[in-house]
Amino acid sequence: MVNVDKLEFGIETFGDIVANEDGSLQSAAESIRQIIHEGEIADKYGIDVIGVGEHHRPDYSVSSPETVLAAIASVTKNIKLATAVTVLSSDDPVRVYERFATLDGLSNGRAQVMLGRGSFTESFPLFGYELTDYDDLFNEKLGLYDELRKEKAVTWSGKFRASLTDQEVYPKTEHGELETYIGIGGSPESIIRAVRFGYKVIIAIIGGQADRFKPYIELYHEAAKQLNKPEFPIAVHSHGFIADDKDAAIEVAFKNIKENFDRIGLTRGWAPMSREQFDSETKVGSFYVGDPETVAQRMARTINLLDLGRFDLVYGAGNQTAAQRERMIELYATKVIPRVKEILTEKEAAK
Amino acid sequence: MTIKKVGIIGAGKVGIVLADLALRAGYEVRISGSGSVGKIALIIKTLVPGAIASENSDVVANSDIILLAIPLSRYKNIDPALLRGKLVIDAMNYWWETDGIREEVLAPGLTSSEQVQAYFKDSALVKAFNHMGYHNLQEEAQPAGSPKRKALFVTGDDRTAVAEVAHFVDTMGFDQIVHYDLADGIMTEPGSPLFGASLKYDDLKDIIDHFDQTEFGKKIAASEK
Ligand SMILES: NC(=O)c1ccc[n+]([C@@H]2O[C@H](COP(=O)([O-])OP(=O)(O)OC[C@H]3O[C@@H](n4cnc5c(N)ncnc54)[C@H](OP(=O)(O)O)[C@@H]3O)[C@@H](O)[C@H]2O)c1
Repeated sequence: MVNVDKLEFGIETFGDIVANEDGSLQSAAESIRQIIHEGEIADKYGIDVIGVGEHHRPDYSVSSPETVLAAIASVTKNIKLATAVTVLSSDDPVRVYERFATLDGLSNGRAQVMLGRGSFTESFPLFGYELTDYDDLFNEKLGLYDELRKEKAVTWSGKFRASLTDQEVYPKTEHGELETYIGIGGSPESIIRAVRFGYKVIIAIIGGQADRFKPYIELYHEAAKQLNKPEFPIAVHSHGFIADDKDAAIEVAFKNIKENFDRIGLTRGWAPMSREQFDSETKVGSFYVGDPETVAQRMARTINLLDLGRFDLVYGAGNQTAAQRERMIELYATKVIPRVKEILTEKEAAK
Repeated sequence: MTIKKVGIIGAGKVGIVLADLALRAGYEVRISGSGSVGKIALIIKTLVPGAIASENSDVVANSDIILLAIPLSRYKNIDPALLRGKLVIDAMNYWWETDGIREEVLAPGLTSSEQVQAYFKDSALVKAFNHMGYHNLQEEAQPAGSPKRKALFVTGDDRTAVAEVAHFVDTMGFDQIVHYDLADGIMTEPGSPLFGASLKYDDLKDIIDHFDQTEFGKKIAASEK
């Protein structure tokens, strides 16, 4: 049963390049500064979490999310500061720990680590890793990160990194442990892995209906029971766009999400997004697009269906203007979130 | 041959969806991953209850048709002798994120399924289920005659095998566009306007029939000269 009082709501950005009103594009630097401002807005309106992605590509401005989060930390009070996600496979777990422990100190304990394999692969050649080691890299590094997270001296050896002997890593956090999620896509293996490490899980639903994840969530709980591991409410992240007018929202989202999707598709060899595909994603699929009421209804349905503890909406896909991005965050916080809670409270009462 | 028992090699995203569709179509289904049964037992029990979690050799021994749903870079981990004399569907694509550098996985100038067929030389290989995303496969399977039904491209060199697979695809919930040339598999490889697309019969047929007029088709034709 959804616990409405404990339900968390987040926003996430991949650091897409912001557009000016005349359609020209801002620089990456300007786009980064815009995110700091958006973090401030989100905090002011009481959004629980802001997540910032890590990418190493021309169409995204952020490659060092913790640096951006540190700047957000200095202008906010309550909002949690997450990565979405940290590509652990091509990172050094010691550095990951150090950066997040630092962010945690700066922000009074608001740092939140989201570890994943990432859906892009630029970081592999960039940092000297082989894509064919994709699985092994993640498994090994997660193992080391898990040791470091205990904040005690670590003795460890592996294939991809120098070994550690009775090594302390600093700074220690005030709460003794960094809050950590594992971000997963559609692979059942990943669910089992997250359970084995006892971490919270955030599922990226970026295509198709949320319904198909119901059995995956069942798998999470079943595996946790079988392996005697803690069970946390599941979090989900999906793309969205909100505007005052429904049709306007759909047109802005179509243009931007399609551009974004097609540009990525070009390098991977998948076909451009058709209008039919987009429409089905916004009607019953993984895009939460429309006016506040439409988006609230669809989010409430997903949260209820999958029994979620947290929902993160990914904003800013493609090249949106600062005004579109900021208005979306405002509507999300002031209209959508309260409405989702209202719908869910009514649903719970009816049960 | 009537197909009653379906074997799926690969218990990942696509393998599980195919198992689900096959169960819904009334087949007996076995599925294996790269490791022991223990590794996938809970996954299979929870996600596709009714399918039998097993290992490759048992899956092959007890199935009338085998679906290869593993990363392309891994097919050579399977002994070709294991699939000798079998009817095999190749649902695999080259996907650089999992397979790494193309040249290390595939020789230039040949389509991926031709290379898979050359390796499993004593099996009848048919390419199918490769060009539609796994969640579209899951959500869009429809009974024959449904106006919403989508179509899949089915191609292979062995006519009898292709006909059997086409019928199998029909029972799994999709219309079929059938060719009898494994090399035509290029039409649905990554880079093609059909890769990742989910189309109805007429739309799929239209692109297949005019493949040489697509950007990708022109590129392929140019590289063959
Ligand atoms: N994703 C799609 O939408 C889509 C659609 C159509 C076709 N395809 C193609 O289908 C294939 C599978 O894709 P996927 O997305 O399902 O990948 P995936 O989620 O990574 O799953 C791959 C599965 O294959 C297993 N495997 C690897 N080597 C094996 C072996 N030697 N014997 C038995 N099982 C083995 C893996 O098991 P372990 O984890 O134990 O290694 C894993 O269960 C790929 O070739 C892909 O291009 C994908």
